[in-house]
Amino acid sequence: MKNPISNLQKVFESRIRLGIMSALMVNDTLDFNTLKGLLGLTDGNLASHLKALEQQEIIVVSKQFIGRKTSTSYKATGHGRELFRRHLAALEKLINQK
Amino acid sequence: MESESTNPNNDLRAIRDIMERSSRFLSLSGLAGIFAGLCALIGAFFAWFYIFNSDKERFGEFLRSTDVSITSGIGLYLSLDAILVLVAAILGAACFSRRKARQAGQPVWTPTTRRLIIHLAIPLLTGGIFILILTLRNHLELVASVMLIFYGLSLVNAGKFTFSEIHYLGLTEIVLGILAGVFVSQGLLVWTIGFGLMHLLYGSIMYYRYERQKKVV
Repeated sequence: MKNPISNLQKVFESRIRLGIMSALMVNDTLDFNTLKGLLGLTDGNLASHLKALEQQEIIVVSKQFIGRKTSTSYKATGHGRELFRRHLAALEKLINQK
Repeated sequence: MESESTNPNNDLRAIRDIMERSSRFLSLSGLAGIFAGLCALIGAFFAWFYIFNSDKERFGEFLRSTDVSITSGIGLYLSLDAILVLVAAILGAACFSRRKARQAGQPVWTPTTRRLIIHLAIPLLTGGIFILILTLRNHLELVASVMLIFYGLSLVNAGKFTFSEIHYLGLTEIVLGILAGVFVSQGLLVWTIGFGLMHLLYGSIMYYRYERQKKVV
């Protein structure tokens, strides 16, 4: 039997990145401040985790102007969704084995 | 929030919690429903009081009387009564929700809140305009029914973004609205049940299910 651990995604080992991705699975797009409020994080902390997810092409970033302010919003990519689903399945398998 | 996860059970719980918090408006308080119900009962009491004082023995007879139009004293009185109830209930819902969000340390104004309000407002405003048309065309007998039906549709539409009780309250209101349309002479009675008693009932259920427990634990 295949070892379920192999499907656990290293990138989602961080609870914060897991949280960001959970929110983006059920929302089409979310902006920075909404994510910040939802997860209760500081700007710097959230930004560094978002950067990591962006670099691995799990999320995409888009910036637009609302009036004069810029608003940055985030969206999960197809690849990111697939990785997250695999991670979830692996977690469930781990629990069922116990 | 701890940064490294070790336990898959905790991970799944965290995922579910964030998915729910980010896609549903959970700050809606049962107290808002109870308050709205009380407002509706008080409003209905004033409506009954006025109708009985106008020498009409029954609501049906009252509706058939020719002097009831939006510009007449009675029409104006009932419209004002209804608008006051609506404004009080909405303000109550806003205040109680803000309070609940503050207690939980959650922001109130989120994309989910916006989505909830938009989905609530589309059928509700349509119903409001339609009621205005009915009133101007002197079809007052259908107003109670139409209010209940459109309000029910609004709740069913908005129910996806908050507690599931709202969905069922919506279905209940739709059924009551149809009944009010069939038994036109009992319109005010059914209205009182729908907006008064049902809000009290569902508000209490939500309060006991989601809010009272948390205080005990």
